[in-house]
This record gives sequence, C-alpha cells and structure tokens, in this order.
Amino acid sequence: MTDTNIEGQAVPQMPKIDKDDCCYSIDIKGLNKWYGTFHVLKDINLQVTKGERIVICGPSGSGKSTLIRCLNRLEEHQEGTIIVDNVELTNDVKNIDKVRREVGMVFQHFNLFPHLSVLENCTLAPIWVRKTPKKEAIADAMKYLERVRIPEQANKYPGQLSGGQQQRVAIARSLCMNPRIMLFDEPTSALDPEMISEVLDVMIDLANSGMTMLCVTHEMGFAKQVADRVIFMDYGEIVEEAAPEEFFNNPKHDRTQLFLSQILAH
Amino acid sequence: MTDALIHTRLPDRAPPISEAGIIHWARANLFSSVPNTLMTLFSLYALYMLVPPLVNWALINANLAGTDRTGCDANEHGACWTFIKVRFNQIMYGLFYGANPDQIWRPVLAFFSLVGLIIPLFIESFNHKGKLAAFVLIVFPFIAFALIHGGWLGLPIAETSEWGGFLLTFVLASVGIVAALPLGILLALGRRSELPIVRGFSVFFIELWRGTPLITVLFMASVLLPLFFPAGVDFDKVLRALIGITLFQSAYVAEAVRGGLQAIPKGQFEAADALGLSYWKKMLFIVLPQALKISIPGIVNTFIALFKDTSLVSIIGLLDLLNMSQTASQGHEWKGYDTEAYLFAAFIFWIFCFGMSRYSKNLEESLDRGHKN
Repeated sequence: MTDTNIEGQAVPQMPKIDKDDCCYSIDIKGLNKWYGTFHVLKDINLQVTKGERIVICGPSGSGKSTLIRCLNRLEEHQEGTIIVDNVELTNDVKNIDKVRREVGMVFQHFNLFPHLSVLENCTLAPIWVRKTPKKEAIADAMKYLERVRIPEQANKYPGQLSGGQQQRVAIARSLCMNPRIMLFDEPTSALDPEMISEVLDVMIDLANSGMTMLCVTHEMGFAKQVADRVIFMDYGEIVEEAAPEEFFNNPKHDRTQLFLSQILAH
Repeated sequence: MTDALIHTRLPDRAPPISEAGIIHWARANLFSSVPNTLMTLFSLYALYMLVPPLVNWALINANLAGTDRTGCDANEHGACWTFIKVRFNQIMYGLFYGANPDQIWRPVLAFFSLVGLIIPLFIESFNHKGKLAAFVLIVFPFIAFALIHGGWLGLPIAETSEWGGFLLTFVLASVGIVAALPLGILLALGRRSELPIVRGFSVFFIELWRGTPLITVLFMASVLLPLFFPAGVDFDKVLRALIGITLFQSAYVAEAVRGGLQAIPKGQFEAADALGLSYWKKMLFIVLPQALKISIPGIVNTFIALFKDTSLVSIIGLLDLLNMSQTASQGHEWKGYDTEAYLFAAFIFWIFCFGMSRYSKNLEESLDRGHKN
C-alpha cells in the first residue's frame, strides 16, 4: 500500500501495528477455515506472548491440530489474520519460508526421514536452509541430541530406534533450526505407554528453558506441570481458556466438564 | 510392601532337529504333498530328456575349428560355432568394423574405458564419485563418439549408419537409459505438480508417448520427420532413433517414478515443509531418494524392456545385435545356421538383462534402511 506526500510522490506506508500487538509471538484474529464446505475453525482469536506455554486439548475432530498446522501454513486459512513472530501468513511464499524457519514442529508420527541417519536428519535443514557450515551444524546437532539424551544413536537410522527415541530425535531435529516457537501435534499419542515419559521429560525440560510452546496433547499431567494456559476446543471453537489450576479444578462450561470427567475418570 | 519376586529369564534353546537339515528341506519343498511329489518327478524327467541332448549339441559335438562351413556340414549333430567365430566382428561391431578389423580397437577401447571409469563409482571409499559420474555422463559420450566415429587424426570415418550389432544395441540402450532417467523424473514431478499447466503438459506428454508403439515412434522419426525439414537438411539416422527412444522411454520412466512418489507418506512432505525446505530441496533430499528407491524394480524393468526393444530399429534400416546376427546367417556362406545366430544374440541379450536385474536387486538391498514406511 502507498500514500502520496505533498509533492504527489508515492511514499511507502508503514504497516500499522497496534501497540498491544508488538510483543506477541503469535497473534490470531478472526481465524476461519473450511475443508470444502466443512467449517473446521470458527472465529478463533488467540494471542500468545513470548515464552508462553500453551496446551490445547479437546475431543478428536475439534480442530486443534488444524489450528496449530495453520501456524506454519501446513494448512491454508480462508479468513482472518495470523501473525507469527511479526510476520503475517499470506500466500506470499517468502513470508511462509520466514515463518517456517522460526517455527519448529513435532508430529504425532515423528515423520523422521527414514533414508537419512539421525545426525543427517538433524543437520539437513540447518545446512540447506540456514546455510550453516557443515561442521558447525554437526556440532549443534550433537548438542541437541545430547539434550534429548540420545547422542549415542547419532549414526543409526530412524528405523532402528524405538518410538520414544524417534520422537526425541524429531524434537532435536526441530531444535537444530534454533526456532523461537515450537509446535507439538499430539507428540505422545502414537507411543507405547512405556515411552511416553521419556518424551514428556524432554518437553518439560524445553518448557523450563523458556521456549514459546503450543502443544496439542491429552497428557493432562504435562498440562498441569508446565502450561501457562490450557485451551479447550470443541467443534472448531475455543470453548474455554484458563490457567491450569482454574481449568482442572473449576471448569466453567458443561462441555469442558464432560470432557475432563471422561479423560480423567480412570 | 513385601519384597518383589526376582524374575529370571528362560535361556534360548536350539529348535528341534526336524526343523533343519537337507532332508527336512526336501520334504518341505519337494515332497510335501502328492501333487508336489508328482511335479518334482515330472520336472526331473523333463530335465533328463532336455539337458543331455542340449549339452551334446551345444558343447560336446560342437564345431569351432576352421574358417568355413565344410567342418560344420560334415558334422550335423553339433552346433556350428565356427560361423559365430568367423562373423564375430560383424555381429558385435557392425558392417564398418566387420570389414575393417584393424580398427576394432576403437569401440573396444571406448567400451573398456567406460567400464574402467564406472568401477570407481562402486568403490565405497572413493571420494570424487559426483565429479566422475558427471564426467562419465556428460563428457564421456562425446569422447566415445569421436573415437568410434573417427574422422580426425587420420582415423577412418565409421558412419553411424554403418554402426551395428552389439555396438549399436549398446549405444542405443545406454544413451536411451541415461537420457530418459532425468527426463522421466522431471515428468513424474510435473505430473504431480500443483501448477495446472505443468501438470497438463506432463500428462499430455506421457500419455502421448505411452499410447504409441515404439515401432511407430521410430518410423515417424525416420520417415516423417525429414519431411518437416528443408531439403538437404539431413540429420543422422541413429541420432533420430536415439531421440525417439529417449522420449518414448522417458514416459515409461515417469510412470515408474510416479508410483514411487505416490508411496511417500504425506508426513514426509509436511516435515520437510515445516523445516523450511524449498520445493526443489524437499524433492532432492527427502522425496526423490525415497521414491526412486521404491521405483527401482519398475525403472529397471523399463530399462530391460528398452534394451531388448532396440531391435525394433530394424524398421528404419539399422542393424542391431539381433538383426546383424540374422543378416550374417542369411548369406549363402552360412545359410542354414541361423539357430546358432539367434542363440548367440539371445545369450548376449540375456547376460546384459540378467546383469541389470541382479544389479537392481543389490541396489535395493544396499539402500535398505530397515524402515517400514
């Protein structure tokens, strides 16, 4: 957009930023999304400050995964604005690339690259996207593999690791890009019960380091321990959001109460 | 709380004797049921009937001595390999080199330099594979052409129309394979592109060539193409065949690669996207290595088919291995010995096709990373 000055010349207009907006890591306003005719996200408004840890829960099909997948444009939204790290997500490929460089994502099914070793999984993006020199990328990767407690697996292939180990590699792979925001899409749902805690431990460690985190999960223990805010979604809407104590002890909506009673019953 | 019981694991034992050994194998595989036993006995009988006469004819009673058909005519119970020996140069290198045996070092040198250049590519510890591969694929074909075609430094010219036999088969197949692979990969990516024009063009191109018999393609390239050029412009017949073969082959490679691309889970694309990899980097580093591995059997299948289909160039008057063998057996000199000619051609074809098949199996195994998706 351009304005004209007194001489009639075009001058670039500064983007208008509300004072309140400037410090949000993520700012979602009036977000609506459809899959064909199915209205999957309805009027979502969500602001996340830097360093905030948010847990999103809700029944399956409630749109929680879709919501966080919109944040790095794995899904396109049709209405509303999403601003991530001061970059608005539009069709502009440059902006999308910029956001993806700063936002790490961990998937339910790990999605490691099976033809590459653990170390290569971790160094590929830093070398080819960030243009980090190879030696430096390897040193960084080893640092993060140590942080997720599997440096000894660096030269193995993902297929040789257990599910829990693979998910920790996936976390290390994201961290190697030095992201400012981490998105977790049900990171423990595909794991055997014995392996859930090793992944949660790594995530708790990460949360305590001050990383901005959005986490779709049903691990309510994790939510109680690290979340600053818990968001409950149903039918594409944010039904309730509150601090964990408030959310678990004193849920306001009947839908939230029902959900909590069902998942905490046993 | 009481003290926990301490669990000791049971040791592993060897399986029972009946599960191992040659007798167990024979019983399980050859004599497991009445039909299976009958089949085994019938097969043994068929082998007994076929193999000894074949060995007698092809090896024990075979003729190799002499330079003309007198020896062969005197011994009807043996194969006449004398014919193959005498006409070997013509069958392997075509008319020019068959008539100029002193020049045969040229294709031989080209072939063995190629073998020598390829060997380091299979050595694990060799560090310059990329550069060497680029040299072999891009520079070497010109050197080989210059050497085999001649016309410089006093080398007599061997016109491509006089290339033939195994030399021609090898040139057509190897150039077709090497050129069709990258083209096929691009077409496969194009067919799955989100851009409608790219996708439409790829689909059109692939279906056009897949819907046309190779023999038609060669015929068009040879007979119809020159009509579109001004009189006097005549470009090489072998080159025209090569272009036709490459375009034809690329459509088949594209479909084999597309099969591999479709087998890659969506999560791989998403993970690459989420890391910020661009389209080409995502394809080059993440998707294609996995897709090509899956497509190896299909791709090699099309290569083997192409290697054999090169015989169809006879329709445009080029004499490949098969046709040259046939031609050699049709002169009055060796009339009646075409069985030997066909067997010899079949044997050479089989060695190369079987070699490709084995190599693809090795490649699949060496690329196996023990993952399931």
